[in-house]
Amino acid sequence: MIEPIKPPGRKNPLLRTRLPTAPPRPRSRKSHGFTRAAAEGRFMLQCCEACGTFCYPAREACPSCLSSGLAFVDAPRRGTLLSETTARVPSDVYFRERAPWRAGLIKMDCGPIIIAHLHADCVETAAVLMSFQLDKSGQAVAFARPEGETPNMADDRQWRELTADPKFRRVLVTNGRSVVGQEAAMALKAAGAKTVFVGIAEPWRPFPGESALRGHEGIEIVALDAADEKSVNDLAADIGGKVDILVNTTEYVRAGGLLDRRGTSVMRDEIDQAYLGFVNLAQGFGPAMRMRGADGVNNAAAWVNVLSVYALANWPAFGAYSASQAACLSLSHCLRAELRPGGVKVVNLFTGPVDNEWFQTVPPPKVAPRAVASAIVSALKNGLEDVYVGDVAEEIRQRLAANPKALERELDR
Amino acid sequence: MQSKNLLELASAISSGAVRVVDLTFTLSPDFPVIVLPPEFGQAAPVRIQEISRYDGRGPAWYWNNVTFGEHTGTHFDAPIHWFTGKDLANNAVDTMPTRDMMAPACVIDCSAQAAKDPDFLLSIADVEAWEAKHGKIPARHWVLLRTDWSKKGWRDYANLRDDGAHTPGPNPAVMKWLVEERGIIGFGTETIGTDAGQAGHLDPPYPAHHFLHGGGRYGLQCLCNLDQLPPTGAVIVAAPLKIQNGSGSPLRVIALVAS
Repeated sequence: MIEPIKPPGRKNPLLRTRLPTAPPRPRSRKSHGFTRAAAEGRFMLQCCEACGTFCYPAREACPSCLSSGLAFVDAPRRGTLLSETTARVPSDVYFRERAPWRAGLIKMDCGPIIIAHLHADCVETAAVLMSFQLDKSGQAVAFARPEGETPNMADDRQWRELTADPKFRRVLVTNGRSVVGQEAAMALKAAGAKTVFVGIAEPWRPFPGESALRGHEGIEIVALDAADEKSVNDLAADIGGKVDILVNTTEYVRAGGLLDRRGTSVMRDEIDQAYLGFVNLAQGFGPAMRMRGADGVNNAAAWVNVLSVYALANWPAFGAYSASQAACLSLSHCLRAELRPGGVKVVNLFTGPVDNEWFQTVPPPKVAPRAVASAIVSALKNGLEDVYVGDVAEEIRQRLAANPKALERELDR
Repeated sequence: MQSKNLLELASAISSGAVRVVDLTFTLSPDFPVIVLPPEFGQAAPVRIQEISRYDGRGPAWYWNNVTFGEHTGTHFDAPIHWFTGKDLANNAVDTMPTRDMMAPACVIDCSAQAAKDPDFLLSIADVEAWEAKHGKIPARHWVLLRTDWSKKGWRDYANLRDDGAHTPGPNPAVMKWLVEERGIIGFGTETIGTDAGQAGHLDPPYPAHHFLHGGGRYGLQCLCNLDQLPPTGAVIVAAPLKIQNGSGSPLRVIALVAS
């Protein structure tokens, strides 16, 4: 049974902040099949198209029939812990700092034996559920947890290392004017965040939901206009050292593409808010987060972007907006690489049209802001990297994977 | 005029015998801007981006790139800003006569009325009451409406409610009268516009813009320190940036006051 983690006290200013270290990074190209699975929270193994054998680790040919048709497919998660071991003095710096560290061999119900990091409540001969998780190097590792719920399950030390649970962490939600921002702030607070800072641009403008936000215990309203370099730097100067999770909820949606608009001022606003806002936030908060990746229980853990799924494929009805989102998506991959040395995850949520004013005339299904908020919390708790929220987003993902050209033609309506 | 008198003025400014009062808010991203419904084109907010600050981007120098809309901060409205002034000659900030950039001002103190009623509208009667004390408003003078609005916090300053902004301004009759009967050079306020917050509901809508610019006159808004000006006798210096075909511009507004 796991002792619940305790709320961290204030930092001892006489002690040096420990620098982040990272577990081994090299992987084969084939192994990135697991990276993709882990990013999306799926459990995928290679399965032989000829004989149906599941195998692990990643291979070029089926160990049973030598067929090269080994596709990654969703696989059953259940297995049994055969044996376990505890590394007490590992040679790798990352694991040495975190020793003792438990790992075990799991016999999967679907066949292969997998070596995995172990949840503390896993016991030999008992059933476990397997997942792939992204470690501090951003690489997929197998993780086994007990089949059922156990007390304080999410407080497991090794599990917390692979996730970005908001519990006891301090979160900055960058835009509290949007309903998504407000719902996210409430949901993160409910998920155990110590403090949720909520950015409000142009505080002289009143906005719906303001009084609920102001009255909420543990939610602190801060002046933040992400599109304004000075505003971001001023806030980072104040709280940059205590933002453990940053949730970028910038929302600037305008209908229209190129030819039916006159001039560039709306485009500029879109780029200013979405893209340059992202740049300002990254430059303001990123360096301190990267530095604080191993700063105790409330270390810097994740950066979340709420993006439109049309970042992946342009929707001409909202064509310029789609382009601004695509720019942000590209930038998020750069940020992910740059935050890697700190072990800070970059999580992208792709949403279909959200049920807000700017998609008023778009027919359902639309994503409820509350669903986006729950998806943010769930992604953090489970350590995901790419999350598709709602039916539209999931459908776009599938159609894009199936035939990008078909999707382009179909969105052109 | 003899150059001697001009030099006397310069020396009076230098000695402090003539006070120079700054009527300008600092141009910053925090300052409220006019709010239009979001589906309309919006004034770009003030943005100040560092190019370098004695660092790797430029070791010995500090400078910024600045962007803003023509109607941000303490700013000037030229006749071309409004449809009523669109066909006038020399109606933009780059072509307006330079001599119009300096003129005396009459300051009408309505701070008491504005404190009681954020929707206070200046009327002909108010101006006539002022004239009874200070004399008839001469032609080619600015009329500045003092409301002490500039002393408020930003939220109260913008004072946005569900039905729009509630800030003081002139009524239609007084605007027409000031332009046509008094021949003023322009009208200035402490609020975000020369018009009242609810002026869209007046007839004509936005009467200050309508009559001022239709008559080839100017507007000044987001002024401060009007409480430091005498009712008459101050000279306003208001030279907008020379933006090609510009409809207005942020500017430094100063007042010369004999002490």
